[in-house]
Amino acid sequence: MTAIDPTAHLSAEQIEELGRELDAIRDEVIASRGEKDAAYIRKVISAQRKLELASRGVLLFSFFPPAWLIGTAGLSVAKIMDNMEIGHNVLHGQWDWMRDPKIHSTTWEWDHVSPSEQWKHSHNELHHTYTNVIGKDNDLGYGIMRVDEDQAWHPVHLGQPLWNFLNACFFEYGIAAYDLELGKNLNKRRRKNPEFRARAKAVGRKIRKQVLKDYVIHPLLSGPSFLTTLAATFTANLVRNIWSHSVIMCGHFPEGVQIFERRSIKGETRGQWYLRQMMGSANISGSRAMHFMTGNLSHQIEHHLFPDLPSNRYAEVAVKVRALFEKYELEYVTGPLPKQVFSAWHKVFRLSLPNKKPKVKTPDREQELVAA
Amino acid sequence: MTSTALRSRAWKLLEMVTTPLLPSDYLDLVSPLRAGADLRGRIEAVHPETGDAATIVIRPGRGWRGHTAGQYVRIGVDVDGVRLWRAYSLTSPANRSDGRVTITVKAISDGKVSNHLVRRAKPGTLIQLDQATGDFVLPQAKPAKVLYLTAGSGITPVMGMLRDTEFDDVVMIHSAPQPQDVIFRDELHDLVADKKLRLTEVYTDTHGMLDIARLDGLVPDWAERETWACGPAGLLDAAEKHWSEHGVPERLHTERFRPSIVVAGDGGEVTFSTTGKIVGADGATPLLDIGEKAGVLMPSGCRMGICFGCVTPLKDGAVRDLRTGEITEAGPGVLIQTCVSAAAGPCDIER
Ligand code: FES
Repeated sequence: MTAIDPTAHLSAEQIEELGRELDAIRDEVIASRGEKDAAYIRKVISAQRKLELASRGVLLFSFFPPAWLIGTAGLSVAKIMDNMEIGHNVLHGQWDWMRDPKIHSTTWEWDHVSPSEQWKHSHNELHHTYTNVIGKDNDLGYGIMRVDEDQAWHPVHLGQPLWNFLNACFFEYGIAAYDLELGKNLNKRRRKNPEFRARAKAVGRKIRKQVLKDYVIHPLLSGPSFLTTLAATFTANLVRNIWSHSVIMCGHFPEGVQIFERRSIKGETRGQWYLRQMMGSANISGSRAMHFMTGNLSHQIEHHLFPDLPSNRYAEVAVKVRALFEKYELEYVTGPLPKQVFSAWHKVFRLSLPNKKPKVKTPDREQELVAA
Repeated sequence: MTSTALRSRAWKLLEMVTTPLLPSDYLDLVSPLRAGADLRGRIEAVHPETGDAATIVIRPGRGWRGHTAGQYVRIGVDVDGVRLWRAYSLTSPANRSDGRVTITVKAISDGKVSNHLVRRAKPGTLIQLDQATGDFVLPQAKPAKVLYLTAGSGITPVMGMLRDTEFDDVVMIHSAPQPQDVIFRDELHDLVADKKLRLTEVYTDTHGMLDIARLDGLVPDWAERETWACGPAGLLDAAEKHWSEHGVPERLHTERFRPSIVVAGDGGEVTFSTTGKIVGADGATPLLDIGEKAGVLMPSGCRMGICFGCVTPLKDGAVRDLRTGEITEAGPGVLIQTCVSAAAGPCDIER
């Protein structure tokens, strides 16, 4: 919550008009969704599978250093593709309109230790509905970090740069723990809750399978390359984790992104919801390859406005969305990856230390409406 | 260890290798028609039959169990990126030597799939298949005399029969708007020239609709014939009445192509088929709310159309997307987000 509300100049009518203009952008994409888009996702999926197969094949000879390098690089990219452009987006229902049961949010499973069912709940539902609302959206700091000046400081926060680094390295486990809401569910009473136990079991099963595949079966199949394959898989997972953590940090943490109070979303209209998504997200600028490798989450603002539009369309949507930002005189937070990553990390460091409480509060949108 | 046990062990190991995917996800990339895969087919050729009908030659996957002449098959085709399923009669004989099967499709106005198949389908395209089904088939014991009564594309299952089994005495009455609309006309005339068929063509543009009362004149011994009829509902209704009135209803076999007519209006009766609850719904209330109010356990999440936590099969009827106004009709594989869909007429939700 910054001292000055950057949307204060907009009237309630303007906000609703903005909502209608965004709806129109959405309708346009939906009306033109078709064969080309379907061909795109099929091509990406098939490329991912082939790359993964080929890389695993090369790793059978990973005792030979060049093979290790090529195989590890290939596997890292394949894992990133699986999680980002494919998994994340399929699980958002972006491709459900194709009615292909194999590429559907209800059937997809990804190369990740968090079962897709649980991730869909914490991500699609909690994070996307309550984007950047303190206390409601746990993506803000994942419950382990202080991400806003207004949050009370505690000496524990001194360690948050370290937690954040560890979270980056083992991001998929962090996400699984986060989806389970481990922090609050591990207390004595909640731990016994059968619903929680069932979900914890599902995560355990998924972890077992993933670990068995990556660190036992594939290394064993490599015979003499056992150790090098093991190291390669570990490296690929590490690369994938750090990469996705970086991309995701850039989505909501960089300076300039707004954070909202719980009471500010009471009775939120569609226009206000859109506005919150616009102010609560940040983009990464870059080449097409960069957008692809981030699963188009470099278009985080567009993704948050329209989480179920096919990812390959965000680039064209971004042009129109950006024009709306200009029209309504709002700040479109974007920048190249290194800058955004630095900005997000800077915040993590800065907020690990105590600060003075800001004096001016965000005007309460609800009160404003009542007054209007 | 038996070989099946060994094989299932090996398969388990393979599943561990490919987790969280299945081995088939990889195998499908190279061999989508292999045994054990989901049943698919590949379009190998498209032969135009008339101005608006074409025969599609399909190589079915290894899992295809064959068909009996007169049966139909459901196929799933991707039209503009969306998988749509339709049923078509098989027009090939049951044991074609090359193992291919054919369907013959007439493009109907506004028919998404039929127009796509007749005008745009390309050889090489993969389609989804179901096993052949339907009981509009010939009996084991050969009847002495046969009558085929068809109209329009109703000729397709009968063509499968004609090509499959020869009878000593076969009469066919077929009606179509004009001569050039008769699908398989050349082949029918060849059969006539070879004395394998007696054919009467009725052109509805000039002769008017086929009146069942004219049957006595066209085929005096119709009542003695085992009859297979396929065509529009009006013709079949008339035929069923005629055969019953003459006390020989068991001689008549009919096949109805029932294009499901969906009434898309505002609201309607909603059936929650799993729980058996039936409630009325207006055209503006999300089905999620309707279900919850009726005490049906409805999955949900954001309740605003973004989390896909409420996705549920639509088994019958039509719903309207409250955001876009778009109508979605029921069909296999059709799932809807109940939180942003309202009843657009009677519908059936699997909950
Ligand atoms: S409840 Fe979230 S999409 Fe319907």
